[in-house]
Amino acid sequence: MKAEPVYAPPPVIEPGHTFQTVTEQIAGIVLTRRHPYSWFFGLFVGFMGSMMLLMAVTWLLIKGTGIWGVNIPIGWGFAIINFVWWIGIGHAGTLISAILLLLKQDWRTSINRFAEAMTLFAVVCAGLFPLIHTGRPWLAAYWLLPYPNTMGIWPQFRSPLIWDVFAVSTYLTVSLLFWYVGLVPDLATLRDRAKSLPIRRLFGVLSLGWRGAARHWERYEEAYLLLAGLSTPLVLSVHTVVSFDFTIGIIPGWHSTIFPPYFVAGAIYAGFAMVLTLAVPLRALYHLEDFLTMRHLENMGKVMLVTGLIVGYGYVFEAFFAWYSSNIYEQYMVYNRMFGPYWPFYWALILCNIVMPQLLWKKSIRTSPAMLFFISMFVNVGMWLERFEIVVTSLHRDFLPSSWGWYWPTRWDIMTFFGTIGLFVMLFFLFIRVLPMISIFEMRTMVPAAKVKGGKAH
Amino acid sequence: MNSTSIKSRLAGSHGRVYWRSLGELADTPEFREYLHREFPEQASEWNDPKGRRQFLKLMSASLALAGVGACTKQPTEEIVPYVRQPEDLVPGRPLFFASAIPFSGVAHPVLVESHMGHPTKIEGNPEHQASLGATDTFTQAAILGLYDPDRAGAITNRGEIKPWGLFLSAMLSAGSQQKGRQGGGLRFLSGPITSPSMAEVMASVLAAFPQAKWHQYDPMSSDGARAAALAEGAVGDPIYHFDKADVVVTLDADFLTCGPGSVRYQKDFATQRRITEERKEMSRLYAIESTPTLTGAKADHRLAMKASEIEGFGRQLAGAVGAPAPAGPSARATDPASVIGKWVAAISKDLQAHRGRSLVIAGDYQPASVHTLARSINQALGNVGSTVTYGPSVEAGPTDHAASLADLVRAMDAGQVEVLVMLGGLNPVYSAPVDLKFADKLKKVNLSVYHGLYVDETAFLCHWNVPDAHPLESWGDARSFDGTVTITQPLIAPLYDGHSAVEVLTTFTSQPDRRGNAILKDHWTRAFAGGPWTIRSADGQPFKNFDAFWRRALHDGFIRGTAIADGGPATPLSVMPAVPAAGAPAPTTQQAATPPVTPPPATTTPPQSAAAGAQGGLELIFRPDPTVWDGRFSNNGWLQELPKPLTKVTWDATAWVNPQLARERGLEDGDVIELRYRGNTARMPIFRVPGHPQQSVTVFFGYGRQKAGNVGNAPKNAEAFNAFLLRTSDAPWFGNGLEIAKTGERYPLAATQEHHVMEGRAPVRVATLEEYRKDPKIIEEQGETPPRTLTMYPEYKYEGYKWGMAIDIGSCTGCSACTIACVAENNIPIVGKEEVAMGREMHWIRVDHYFAGTEDDNTVEAYHQPVPCMQCENAPCELVCPVAATTHSSEGLNDMVYNRCVGTRYCSNNCPYKVRRFNFLLYQDWDTQSLYPMRNPDVSVRSRGVMEKCTYCVQRINQARIDAKREDRAIRDGEVLTACQQVCPSDAIVFGNLNDPNSQVSKLKLQERNYGVLETLNTRPRTTYLAVLRNPNPELEPASRSTTEH
Amino acid sequence: METKRPVAALYGVMAEFDDTTALVEAARRAYAEGYRKFEAYSPFPIHDLFEVMHIRDKRVGLLVLLGGLTGMCTGLGLQAWVSAIAYPLNIAGRPYLSWPMFIPVTFELTILFAAFAAVFGMFGLNGLPMPYHPVFNVERFAMHASQDRFYLAIEANDPKFDRTATRSFLQSLGAKDVSDVEE
Repeated sequence: MKAEPVYAPPPVIEPGHTFQTVTEQIAGIVLTRRHPYSWFFGLFVGFMGSMMLLMAVTWLLIKGTGIWGVNIPIGWGFAIINFVWWIGIGHAGTLISAILLLLKQDWRTSINRFAEAMTLFAVVCAGLFPLIHTGRPWLAAYWLLPYPNTMGIWPQFRSPLIWDVFAVSTYLTVSLLFWYVGLVPDLATLRDRAKSLPIRRLFGVLSLGWRGAARHWERYEEAYLLLAGLSTPLVLSVHTVVSFDFTIGIIPGWHSTIFPPYFVAGAIYAGFAMVLTLAVPLRALYHLEDFLTMRHLENMGKVMLVTGLIVGYGYVFEAFFAWYSSNIYEQYMVYNRMFGPYWPFYWALILCNIVMPQLLWKKSIRTSPAMLFFISMFVNVGMWLERFEIVVTSLHRDFLPSSWGWYWPTRWDIMTFFGTIGLFVMLFFLFIRVLPMISIFEMRTMVPAAKVKGGKAH
Repeated sequence: MNSTSIKSRLAGSHGRVYWRSLGELADTPEFREYLHREFPEQASEWNDPKGRRQFLKLMSASLALAGVGACTKQPTEEIVPYVRQPEDLVPGRPLFFASAIPFSGVAHPVLVESHMGHPTKIEGNPEHQASLGATDTFTQAAILGLYDPDRAGAITNRGEIKPWGLFLSAMLSAGSQQKGRQGGGLRFLSGPITSPSMAEVMASVLAAFPQAKWHQYDPMSSDGARAAALAEGAVGDPIYHFDKADVVVTLDADFLTCGPGSVRYQKDFATQRRITEERKEMSRLYAIESTPTLTGAKADHRLAMKASEIEGFGRQLAGAVGAPAPAGPSARATDPASVIGKWVAAISKDLQAHRGRSLVIAGDYQPASVHTLARSINQALGNVGSTVTYGPSVEAGPTDHAASLADLVRAMDAGQVEVLVMLGGLNPVYSAPVDLKFADKLKKVNLSVYHGLYVDETAFLCHWNVPDAHPLESWGDARSFDGTVTITQPLIAPLYDGHSAVEVLTTFTSQPDRRGNAILKDHWTRAFAGGPWTIRSADGQPFKNFDAFWRRALHDGFIRGTAIADGGPATPLSVMPAVPAAGAPAPTTQQAATPPVTPPPATTTPPQSAAAGAQGGLELIFRPDPTVWDGRFSNNGWLQELPKPLTKVTWDATAWVNPQLARERGLEDGDVIELRYRGNTARMPIFRVPGHPQQSVTVFFGYGRQKAGNVGNAPKNAEAFNAFLLRTSDAPWFGNGLEIAKTGERYPLAATQEHHVMEGRAPVRVATLEEYRKDPKIIEEQGETPPRTLTMYPEYKYEGYKWGMAIDIGSCTGCSACTIACVAENNIPIVGKEEVAMGREMHWIRVDHYFAGTEDDNTVEAYHQPVPCMQCENAPCELVCPVAATTHSSEGLNDMVYNRCVGTRYCSNNCPYKVRRFNFLLYQDWDTQSLYPMRNPDVSVRSRGVMEKCTYCVQRINQARIDAKREDRAIRDGEVLTACQQVCPSDAIVFGNLNDPNSQVSKLKLQERNYGVLETLNTRPRTTYLAVLRNPNPELEPASRSTTEH
Repeated sequence: METKRPVAALYGVMAEFDDTTALVEAARRAYAEGYRKFEAYSPFPIHDLFEVMHIRDKRVGLLVLLGGLTGMCTGLGLQAWVSAIAYPLNIAGRPYLSWPMFIPVTFELTILFAAFAAVFGMFGLNGLPMPYHPVFNVERFAMHASQDRFYLAIEANDPKFDRTATRSFLQSLGAKDVSDVEE
């Protein structure tokens, strides 16, 4: 699985590394080295956010959905916006692991591990919202699942929300498996390096007694490859299904055939932005410049530029279709987005998602971690605004002027949103403390010594 | 407070009277504690919403509890249900009783639905000419008024609870003191009385106390009309017959929604304008008005002018049709080139072309001179006797109310009033003209007795408070607008120790402490024996005995042959002789002692002329609030939350101004202005209303209440939004000299509809009669309907019944009775102002309102469109529900399964009509026990987190299905009436089986003006609309005007 | 410390190498020698190793295919049965069996079942989890096998296995260190 590119690209690992040093440096973060204070600070921030989330959700369960800004006609507010946003972010991880693996992009090896972790945590945050946004979560928790019951009632399989349930839970499960399978050999490494017995035992159990036998490696790689092959269409399907939540509806601004592709592109866009948002600080914090080289950052910049352009194409064509359809409802929807009461959101969206990423055309910017971080932040915001546009501005003025309305979030909406960000941060900081954030065994394959002299395998 | 102790005491004391004698419970400390909360030191708590809510629960939990005990009790006296077999009360089957809900003394005939002894719903009395089955919004909401936990709970003297006996003795001693001086210090204040029995009691009281005086005051009654009528002698009260009128001209008259006759008038007017296969003609309505009204909204032509200019216009019109006009100010412009001239010319021409088929109506809020003008025009056109008949008043002893009250206050000020008895919850402290300073003068009265449903502003200043009995709790009679004597029979024993006005009044007669039933029956026994009435049975034959007559009267709810049209007399203010011994000749009424009616006071206020008040400044126009009237319904949550016509604002009063004026003064909707008028000031948030006269401001009564109850009390920042602060006795309805100033404050208004323009989407389709006659396709062409074949899927077959609805928005007046009826029928909660402001009102059927036409105030058109669930056959809501909580029934109903709903709100998002409602919070009041018996047991009460919506009153369909099955037949057309359909005064809503080609609804849907809203989405709505047809006068139709903006 | 322990049954003999090339070469030679029951251990997958040891297991792919098919049938069957047979409802005027709307769930279940098959199939065929394995009795193996060293173990139950011959054979391959692996 080592790529031999025709041109000589900058290496994905700095020279001078041996199996030992690679193992030392990555596994060391987990096992030996004491952690910088910044890690404790990050964890604390995340913890506080999670507590805020806990409070907001508790109050929600006590009082009801009415504590949010939702109303008729805008029945969905922050909850669904955040859901789609998080799901989008959750796409890069599996995508990097799966698609780049199939495309034999060896540079993925340094980023796939924490990208996958990011996916899991993002999907956890996302999965929270469809549940709590319902009026009776304690029932929604299991009534949306097909289980035999005395009333003989089943879910309504024509509803995109049911599709969501299946898509998101499948995605979470498969991503988890993918992630764990990738972890097993590294867990074995940790098992063998751990000093204290309990830790040893723990990693021993988790690594399932992995011993690196050639026959195991052979099946392992085949299974991993197949998983990647399965995950790739899965990743694409998940955001397609999410986009069905809107396209199946008949509301102008929702009922659009262009949504699936441009939702997927948007998801990859958002996902890579978030990977950069995490990678740049991590790299500095744990001195991983050797493994997260400039080539990684630049490639991610390129991917963002491309997907960003696809998203821009989506915006343009939404407007074009509205005009071309000569459907007054569609036309008014587009006009209302641009010049209606919510106009600032639309133009901010254009700035964040379309204008700013154009900077990435310049190599000097693509290779400046600071600039990449800066731009990725814009994209994170922009993608959230895009979901706001789709959910709120489409609903607040639909067909009958008599029922037009106005939506504004309450403090509980905002607390819930930032609460999930806190939860995400907390989970992520815990992850980098207890598990190797870069795949050690795959990094070993990048070490020059891993090459078999005279070997002819690919 | 802890209510259980009271409960236990209640339980301890048994027998059917325990709920009557709350006073005896008063010695429990908790109860005293509760009672003290009713007094002003707690006012602060009342005004803070949270506190109010808590308090509401507290007090209801306590006092209402006493009522709940009573709810299952039938009154002891015999009452007769409407159904043929009264005795068999089948559990689960409602009984209907005919009764009446008086409004300003005039009866609104009703049928009350009673479930196991709980009145739950009010319908119109279909056999009664004043109703024909319909009611107005106030009557619908009366059911909530009955169960209102804030009602006055007990007889109190200076805050101390007293039993009825003590009150009785107090009145007797007061009476005996007054006896000495012929009752010189004894005054009664009441609203107009149309009840023959009460009039007689009043007469006997006045006979017993010759010097005593009876004053009448109703803040919203029309002294102008009354004065004009009195001037005509005995026969001055007009009754209109719109079913005969082809051309109608209103002079500032809102006959469709205001006044006791409005329900019947709506019916006749709608019938006269409905285009069907048979009828191709429709009447034409010209509205000359100041404040835009729903009548003006229906008009084919509406001319806006200052209220003070109406008289001038009327005078000119009179001149044009050659009617003698009394001297007075002439019109603004006389040359025919001017707008006025043009209109006068066109209208008079139209009127003369329809002599005897036309009608001119003067508005209640116009001075006597305008009423006189209208009458003389009608006479000149030969309309009298055909489209309008003038007859005696249904009020006993009609008099000038403003003068009568002024007279009383003068006497109070002079210290001549020793005993003042105020009957019927008038609340003059709040509603009397500000210049009379009623509150101050009231302090000079030695003994003041207040009788009303609430402990309101006036009650707080009176010595004795006697709770009124709600019409649904008391016996009585009253006359409807057409004069028919209508019987009020109690559906339930008084919940709160209430006594009807007549029961209070009898304490001053020779036989005190008679119950309402005794008084009523005694009166009619004698009236049956002989009196001014001609009592005949339905077939015109006299009844064989009193019992037959009485049973019939209770069964029907009214006494036939007593209408003015049938020769019914003016309500006699006289005492009929006792029934003679058998054989002796019955003496005639003439021999009865006729006591003196209060003479019109010497210093009566000058009849208001158009030039009333100071010149210059703006014109101030007063109007009763469309939903809470003069504040008497302030504590009725249903009415508070009912969107007010044209503005759709709820829970607040607004000052209406023309957008032009608002632009000049830099005002936006919701800007609080200060109104300075004749030395008085008030504040109000403004609302811009197209078609409002440019130089006038309209303010509405009924707000700024401070002792209305927990629902109606104004918050601190809205206490000044009280139009009564500006009203002076010399200009009750309008006057010049208003100055307005922007305060810079903004006041949040909660409107259920923000956007009143159709944006070219034509939810309301309009055509003129000619256009429609020329090419009926003009309606269809205003929208686009995809062909039925345009679908992948096979058609779904509906065997058996296939329910559908057709709504004729040509007939709809926007009166919103349907909304209230739906609320009452389907246990729909009120959510409060804050929630409405967030767009969370729960009404299952809303009345959309759109403005159309041009900027010019005289061509502004307003359209109303009731929007229930469309019950789409391809329902977008069903497709997206993940748990199948909303599905299609085999009869095509879009069912909502509350128990299954998890509340994703996806269905509502996907509903193009946005007719679904969601319980975002726990809106339903689970705590207030007095509301339990009010709820319709056939409709489940929804809780938090559940979606709900119109079900076509599926409970009524199923009830009919059960009946039909038992009789082994199909459900007949018209057997199922939805609540909105049943209440609609203009029969705009028709529901029925679409599989039956002969059903009324199927026929309507065959009409070419039938269309579905947003059909282009292929939702296939079962609810369709009949387009509006307008009948403009070609001479006035501006050339450059599209019928509606598409 | 095998010397301190009582004599136990022999699992095999293990040689340690310090680079990939040596391991691959050793494996090739062992195969050429006729050894079949031997296993190579490395801290990361080495493809040349699979070749020289002639490892090719097709069963994983087969399992995934079966899993996918099961998932597809389950998904489609469940939806069709629920919507058309178990509790047919008129939803928005659509037919009971509106199959186009059943595709997303069918697809997701296909992927889910296939993924389960891939992961659990792989672990199953690898005989994992395995709480105990003799090779870990070799101290250096336990220290380095998962990190930076490469091992080749010939098992005792190989027909050609002979304690001394095999030992010397391994040494001849240039192994750093050859040790017995006890059960």
